[in-house]
Amino acid sequence: MDKKKKQLQTLKEVLSYIKKYRIYMLLSVILAAASALLTLYVPILTGRAIDFIIEAGRVDFYGIKNILIEAGIIILITAVLQWIMNVCNNKITYHVVHDIREEAFEKIEILPLKYIDGKSHGEIVSRVIADVDQFSEGLLMGFTQFFTGITTILGTLFFMFRLNVGITILVVCLTPISLFVASFIAKRTFSMFKLQSETRGEQTGLIEEMIGNQKVVQAYGQEEKVLKRFDEINERLEKCSLNAIFFSSLTNPCTRFVNGLVYAGVGFMGALAAIHGKITVGQLSCFLSYANQYTKPFNEISGVVTELQNALACAGRIFELINEEPQTPETENAYVLKNVEGKVDLEDVCFSYDTSRKLIEHLNLSVKPGQRVAIVGPTGCGKTTIINLLMRFYDVNKGSIKVEEKDIKNITRKSLRTSYGMVLQETWLKNGTIEENLKIGKPKASREEVVEAAKAAHAHNFIKRLPKGYDTYISEDGSGLSIGQKQLLCIARVMLCLPPMLILDEATSSIDTRTELKIQNAFAKMMKGRTSFIVAHRLSTIKEADVILVMKDGSIIEQGTHQELLGEKGFYFNLYNSQFAI
Amino acid sequence: MKKLLIYLKDYKKETILAPIFKMLEASFELFIPLVVAAIIDIGIASGDKTYIIKMCGIMVALGIIGLVCSITAQFFAAKAAVGFATKLRHALFAHIQKFSFTEIDTIGTSTMITRMTSDINQVQSGVNLVLRLFLRSPFIVFGAMIMAFTVDIKSAFTFVVAIPLLSIVVFGIMLVSIPLYKKVQGALDKVLASTRENLTGARVIRAFGIEETEKKQFAEDNRLLLKLQQHVGKISALMNPVTYIIINGATIVLIWLGGLQVDAGIITQGEVVALVNYMSQILVELIKLANLIITVTKALACANRIETVFEMEPSITEKLPDANFKENKEKNVPQIIFENVGLTYQQGADESLSDISFTVKKGETVGVIGGTGSGKTSLVHLIPRFYDATRGKVFIDGIDVKDYPLKTLRNKVSVVLQKSVLFSGTIRENLLWGNEDATVEQLMEALRISQAKEFVEQKEDGIDSKVTQGGKNFSGGQKQRLAIARALVKKAEILIMDDSASALDFATDASLRKAIREMENAPTVFIVSQRAASVLYADKIIVLDDGKVAGIGTHEELLKTCQVYEEIYYSQYERPGKEVKEGK
Repeated sequence: MDKKKKQLQTLKEVLSYIKKYRIYMLLSVILAAASALLTLYVPILTGRAIDFIIEAGRVDFYGIKNILIEAGIIILITAVLQWIMNVCNNKITYHVVHDIREEAFEKIEILPLKYIDGKSHGEIVSRVIADVDQFSEGLLMGFTQFFTGITTILGTLFFMFRLNVGITILVVCLTPISLFVASFIAKRTFSMFKLQSETRGEQTGLIEEMIGNQKVVQAYGQEEKVLKRFDEINERLEKCSLNAIFFSSLTNPCTRFVNGLVYAGVGFMGALAAIHGKITVGQLSCFLSYANQYTKPFNEISGVVTELQNALACAGRIFELINEEPQTPETENAYVLKNVEGKVDLEDVCFSYDTSRKLIEHLNLSVKPGQRVAIVGPTGCGKTTIINLLMRFYDVNKGSIKVEEKDIKNITRKSLRTSYGMVLQETWLKNGTIEENLKIGKPKASREEVVEAAKAAHAHNFIKRLPKGYDTYISEDGSGLSIGQKQLLCIARVMLCLPPMLILDEATSSIDTRTELKIQNAFAKMMKGRTSFIVAHRLSTIKEADVILVMKDGSIIEQGTHQELLGEKGFYFNLYNSQFAI
Repeated sequence: MKKLLIYLKDYKKETILAPIFKMLEASFELFIPLVVAAIIDIGIASGDKTYIIKMCGIMVALGIIGLVCSITAQFFAAKAAVGFATKLRHALFAHIQKFSFTEIDTIGTSTMITRMTSDINQVQSGVNLVLRLFLRSPFIVFGAMIMAFTVDIKSAFTFVVAIPLLSIVVFGIMLVSIPLYKKVQGALDKVLASTRENLTGARVIRAFGIEETEKKQFAEDNRLLLKLQQHVGKISALMNPVTYIIINGATIVLIWLGGLQVDAGIITQGEVVALVNYMSQILVELIKLANLIITVTKALACANRIETVFEMEPSITEKLPDANFKENKEKNVPQIIFENVGLTYQQGADESLSDISFTVKKGETVGVIGGTGSGKTSLVHLIPRFYDATRGKVFIDGIDVKDYPLKTLRNKVSVVLQKSVLFSGTIRENLLWGNEDATVEQLMEALRISQAKEFVEQKEDGIDSKVTQGGKNFSGGQKQRLAIARALVKKAEILIMDDSASALDFATDASLRKAIREMENAPTVFIVSQRAASVLYADKIIVLDDGKVAGIGTHEELLKTCQVYEEIYYSQYERPGKEVKEGK
């Protein structure tokens, strides 16, 4: 019941997207019905024409001519109707797809990060791409197909009954056999296909593991053994694939055989009826062509029904994304941060990702303009969480964060975020040239400025050596660049726009210590006069901070300069010794 | 595709029989309209019921024979296709296994996995379909035409005009639209990439406040996709109406001509019906053929991709057959010699290593240090011939590594790779990779040395504990220690640890090095690291900078003479003179 309700809800939403194109939709349905009926009418005309051809000397050319002219006109009209219908369908399908995708994408841009972090990206992508495609094909095309199918069946029945009741009943009774045969085979082969896909999965698993780690396989000279394991699965796959493919491929010949029986039956009954003068030869030929066509819409409709259900399920998934609650909208008179000096205050901040597990509790911190704040602590203590809160990627559960004495909830997100320059451990570059990537925060920067920033980040040297220098195109995975190099690009990106505050989350984790040391100078220059938050594990980065926050289990347990903290001989002292000394 | 066909060789019989049976089936189908014509002309005309029963019986019989033929054909086709795919998969897997690191790096593992799985599956269904339909459809099309000629030559000329016309329309529309569909796919890929990008990069995009730019970009890509889709949609929308006109138009002509012929007493009414039936058979088959061609083009593209993998030759090959090889028994040659070695990964690119020369005595510990991308890994990978030196020579025990049979060479060298990989199975199974015949004591000893004994013993099942794929149920440090243990089980003469203790804390790292030094028959050890602490006590430290040797010597020597080493060292240790001293 609940599921039905949900489907109904989805259907309603689907209709709201189609609404814009309802005229086309209506037109498409009418055209589908009309062209189906006209298509069915043609065999009748052909039959009548054949009846005018009896034998030598007994051919009524005048009658034939009239009928053929009529048939010709109907054929032309049908073709035109079909064409208009196709164009309508295309228009609806592609536009609805376009609209839904646009809406989904706009949603992605305003979804809270909580959602994006919590969902597999591949899954969201497949909703926007594959599900939308399948939905459009299934629902919209299916809809017209469904309609054409129904009209064809009803039309055929109508025409056949008008011609001859007995033969029609024969056709109506026999055709379900072919459907029955098809579903019988499908049911029997289901388990074979399951076995096949399981074996395939097993094989893919082995391939992924062994080819993915071929270097290890070779280092241990295990090639032959691995091949043996592969062959064992491969042989099993051969057997079960053969079963699945062969038995499922019986459907087509079997249903065709049943249709052949129907055809023969119609021929027999029709011929007997013709002898008794109940039908003409032309009508018999018309019957035969109907008998050929009659089963087709059944097969199509049963396919369409599953497709429609599938499409609705796809639509449901897309709408789930589109209807997802967006981040809290900005208040109308949200403040636009300008001339930031860098005063940041955290007052009694409480936050956790998951209400059952407390993370940050009653955190207080006051940062003066230009201060350098280092955050250290064991993995999972909440270092990165603080950054998520500062950037307002997540909203605090309790308490407040203030920049320049203003609660960040009342500041526009854009002005808050662009006030920070952020370099994260995980390096993200967009598809585009190096230059485009560097200019992300300052699109109007000149080439000179870009080069300048790259030099400061010690990225210029390797960029220069790339095939096309700054115009080298990098694709999603940052093809060919090492993680260290990508990190340098991310640093250069921030160096170019130089916002008033900085956030560095393990920004140099993949860069070797010598290069890091050199970048440090650039960082130092950049940090001068800028409030900076630094999460790092390297001694050199932490030591020069004005304040070191030592975090453990979500709260700050120690706070002070490097020397002060060492003197305390507390948690920091131990952490420091375990990580940096032999 | 041609080269892949050899894997069909063992299925010659099936490959020939499948289409033959398919054609037999088709020819029985072609007789049906003639039978119908006979019913009309003889049975109905003379009111002969027994004749009609006989003819309908023939139709059923034809159907049964057709069914049997068709099932036989399906079986042979399935058998050939599946067997072909099985052989192909085996060959491809074996071929990929021969690839050296160079090929693995250039092709990329995800590509190879796709070739092995979905591409081969596509080719399999392609072969299956071709065997079943590729001969059948044209056979019916032309068969129907020929049958029409046997009925009446004059009327049959309608077919001669209609069939080429239909083919032109069907294949013309396909030819025009296939490249357009490719363009659509390209546009769709762009939309997909931009969606994914905005998910993975959500933080950065928001941090730089460029959501609006991204939206605009997406809208543009999305609109382009729409435009392309509509364009190609308009063309393919013509397919159905135009074929409909041609077939039905031809039927009209056929009836008219048929009428003329009947009037002249050349053919009968039933034969006109037969001609009309032949015409409608053709349409069905042509549409099937068009769909088939789409599938086959896809399969061919997959086949070509697979072929390119086959065409790629493993760059590292053995020179001598095993039997002719003799190891050097001389004791006083240095164990490893690098002689002016240079390495270029890709033709035309700059050298990643150049002019590397050094010697290592048996039992020495060698440290290799340098920044990211300085060539440390490349250097040690030359020893077991994971890559071949493009210039100069590498000797082990006085013999060029290229002259060793690969198996002998790799038995001498044990490598712990940078990325520690465990395979699904148990800890024991993983360790046995090093040496199948190792005893439990030997395994435990290896675990002890690699500092893994403690946590393994704490596990409920000890050494038989499960390892999930990729060793995901172990922490980074644990995986590294197990990978080291696996390498130790091998008891090779040379042990290379490529930054393989990076996830260990300093104390464990130190105990590990100590334990290895104290091993019986301690191997020659290469320690690659970014940490100065890991190489401090090595007999010899090789300092690399941008692919060149910046210095070779002990820690004390290098600190005095090598600026690069000095910089590395002091980026990790405080310079003396400051209040707090770390390090030693």
